[in-house]
Amino acid sequence: MSTIANVSRRRFLTGGVIAAGALVLGVHYYPKLLSGDKLPHDTNADHATLHPSVYLGINPDGTVWIVAHRSEMGTTSRTTLPLVVADELDADWKRVRIEQAIGDKRYGDQNTDGSHSIRSYYDAMREAGATARFMLIQAAAHEWGVPAAECDTDLHVVVHRSTNRSAGYGELASAAAKLPVPDKRELKLKQKSTWRYIGKGEVSYDLEALVSGKAIYGMDARVEGMVYASVERPPVLGGKVKSYDDKDALKVAGVRQTVPIDPFQGAPAFQPLGGVAVIADNTWAAFEGRKKLKISWDNGANETYNSDQYKNELRETSHSPCKVVRNIGDAGAVFAKGGKVYEADYYVPLLAHASMEPVVALAEFKDGKATLWAPTQNPQAAQDIVSKELGIPKEDVICHVTLLGGGFGRKSKPDYVAEAAVLSKKTGRPVKVVWTREDDIKFDYYNAVASMYMKAALGAHGKPTAWLQRSVFPPIPSIFDVNTVYGDPGHLQQGWTDIPYDLSNLRVENGPAKAHVRIGWLRSVANIYHAFAIQCFTDELAHAAGRDPLDYLLDLIGNPRTIDFKGVEYPNYGASMDAYPWETGRLRHVTEMVAEKSGWGKRKHGKGTGVGIAAHRSFLTYVATVVEVEVNDQGEVRIPRVDTVLDAGLVVNPEATRAQFEGAAVFGTSVVRSGEITATKGAINQSNFQDYPVARITEAPYQTNVHIVESDAPPAGVGEPGVPPFVAALCNAIFDATGKRVRDLPITKLGLS
Amino acid sequence: MIQLKVNGAEQSFNGEPEMPLLWYLRDVLGLTGSKFGCGVGLCGACTVHVNGQATRSCVTVMRATAGKEVTTIEGLEKNGLHAVQKAWMQINVPQCGYCQVGQIMQAAAFLDSKKKPTDHEIDDAMSGNLCRCGTDQRIRAAIKAAAEEMA
Repeated sequence: MSTIANVSRRRFLTGGVIAAGALVLGVHYYPKLLSGDKLPHDTNADHATLHPSVYLGINPDGTVWIVAHRSEMGTTSRTTLPLVVADELDADWKRVRIEQAIGDKRYGDQNTDGSHSIRSYYDAMREAGATARFMLIQAAAHEWGVPAAECDTDLHVVVHRSTNRSAGYGELASAAAKLPVPDKRELKLKQKSTWRYIGKGEVSYDLEALVSGKAIYGMDARVEGMVYASVERPPVLGGKVKSYDDKDALKVAGVRQTVPIDPFQGAPAFQPLGGVAVIADNTWAAFEGRKKLKISWDNGANETYNSDQYKNELRETSHSPCKVVRNIGDAGAVFAKGGKVYEADYYVPLLAHASMEPVVALAEFKDGKATLWAPTQNPQAAQDIVSKELGIPKEDVICHVTLLGGGFGRKSKPDYVAEAAVLSKKTGRPVKVVWTREDDIKFDYYNAVASMYMKAALGAHGKPTAWLQRSVFPPIPSIFDVNTVYGDPGHLQQGWTDIPYDLSNLRVENGPAKAHVRIGWLRSVANIYHAFAIQCFTDELAHAAGRDPLDYLLDLIGNPRTIDFKGVEYPNYGASMDAYPWETGRLRHVTEMVAEKSGWGKRKHGKGTGVGIAAHRSFLTYVATVVEVEVNDQGEVRIPRVDTVLDAGLVVNPEATRAQFEGAAVFGTSVVRSGEITATKGAINQSNFQDYPVARITEAPYQTNVHIVESDAPPAGVGEPGVPPFVAALCNAIFDATGKRVRDLPITKLGLS
Repeated sequence: MIQLKVNGAEQSFNGEPEMPLLWYLRDVLGLTGSKFGCGVGLCGACTVHVNGQATRSCVTVMRATAGKEVTTIEGLEKNGLHAVQKAWMQINVPQCGYCQVGQIMQAAAFLDSKKKPTDHEIDDAMSGNLCRCGTDQRIRAAIKAAAEEMA
């Protein structure tokens, strides 16, 4: 009956042929582990003949193994970083094989979030490739008795042109391996003119596997002897099981047992939420058994949380003076003088990630060690929490990283991996915990709900003479310390303290808000609500002044200058201000360019149509977006066209970058049209795509045109920066089309859909 | 005992007849190409063909598959890649890729019945398949490319 046969221990069941080039899991790729080598984490690169870097190995057959140490969730970083190695190595991409790293601190940071994979590892990847290339050249030069300086490389071959000699990388690997690894000061990086791949890009290494169903996601991970688990979790954060009755659950065919999971201690962080797990022979039996559980809950203190009332509380807080996080001049004094003032409140609710692959993980605890297979953005954090939960050393936790069926920040929080590990320890078997879509939506780490109060005193030409902005939102650090109520610099920097306008009187504030659900990073994070407030308020002021929104926006951005953050705690996304200064000229440039590309002011728009513009810097990338909408008499919003211009410095993979910005427009469409998580008595009201809808092909922008600014500035982020300006530009376009001002997201509150 | 064909091979199923086809394919047969996304037929990640029709396998119970021919992504094309898969590669559709198998199965069944689809017809046919990465405009382009290739 089953097509599975004779699968040996420690091998993955794939149910099909393993595709060449597919992400293949587990350790069965290592036929030649060195005797005595006890490292559990070796890669093919480690065992290659020439292995000058943890990221790279070259074998005598010319195969180049490159280790992808960041997680692949659709941004193509698993391809793009190895592409940088291959370029500096001057390798033939067709002879490169990529292998996925396990969680291991020897690779450095592996938390694939914050749009910084390329930015943080571009130099390291170049060095890895250049090091191997240097050694191959040295080896050939010794062999031929010529100066290394006379040798060059040409696509997987070292050449000595004057004597017409050449030798392949494979042939040279053994000799090169005997040479010392050069200091990086000895390395000569390739000139831009000789780049083969950087700036040109490549499609995903996994492309064929992705279209043929052979790619292995966390959901697809299988090991012999594994069982499946579905967990009924406390409906309210911090709740506990009072008692439960599993009689009926155990009667369901295929159900083996139930297992209670302890509630988290202290702040939730990445601990399991607790509850009762149903263990079964297949996923469906686990789901069915779980429906039959009868659990009595102690809901705890968060039972008092209602999101409607909470919204009012946030707004009230934002209407009184709060903590000042940036100040220029004296806005208060200007307001005190009286005169024309414009005020507005903006609101963005909690948002869920809703990756297409619900949260899932497989774990096996055996002989005091844990092996994990997880679609995680952060395998080292998974090691940490599993080590703590199981009381074993971190080195005894091996975390294999599968492909991720979307992540968007949810999968950098490894609570679900810890759940699987705890259950494996309790059952003595490998356990795969499968979250239903309902679990995925109800037990998320939500993007913070936020209320923003904006106030401007208006002078000549409607220009602000004073500007006050207050944001109030439950901060992400509350998951680590429940008493944290103020925003941290890392999130206040996201489009708030760095408002780029040329203002003589500016006051930026942040108010306190206590979290009642887990708050976490979601694609673009605080930039979503901050850019929404600032860029829509700007549009409101432009209209109030009777001015063209583009013209007004450029006027506020002002002349090109570098923002001075003196006296402001501004982390600049962890990058140095020298390498990545905040340059308003670049924001201005993308704004002007998007106006030109979109035909701003030149194309005619009929009744029920409109255009909106917004500009924003996030994750060190400058983006401006123009959105065109049509709104019919039923209030249905359609988006025929989007133009977006980005300046992300050097773009290694333009094709993947375009895809990210196309996707960001669709992600932003979901935020605007339907993104809203609410809670009643502490429990989340939404459950699946019928009440947490995300944009479908009929609702997504019909055409998003992505324009990339050519730049030699150091590389910046591309995964997240597209969302914030899109959200604001879409709302501004809706106003242009309908006269309805979007201040409360989503737009269903205005009767639009 | 339920008899059915999966990718051309005879199978018999002894288990719970209310089990959705998706879990039979994934957990019993180990055919993990078809994905679990929502469990209620709202996202299309689990789309397979049942007697040639695009079908949400997460809400199709085993009882209803008796005597039917089920085709999954693993059996879509016996030799190499289907025209729709080739078009997906040519247009570079996938980002994370998780939904794409369902998208491809939906598109392949659609193009069997519609040779020269309009944008509106494509959107209509594909509106039950969600992509959270937002590859929608490429999906539309790839279906057009596949339609031309198949014409």
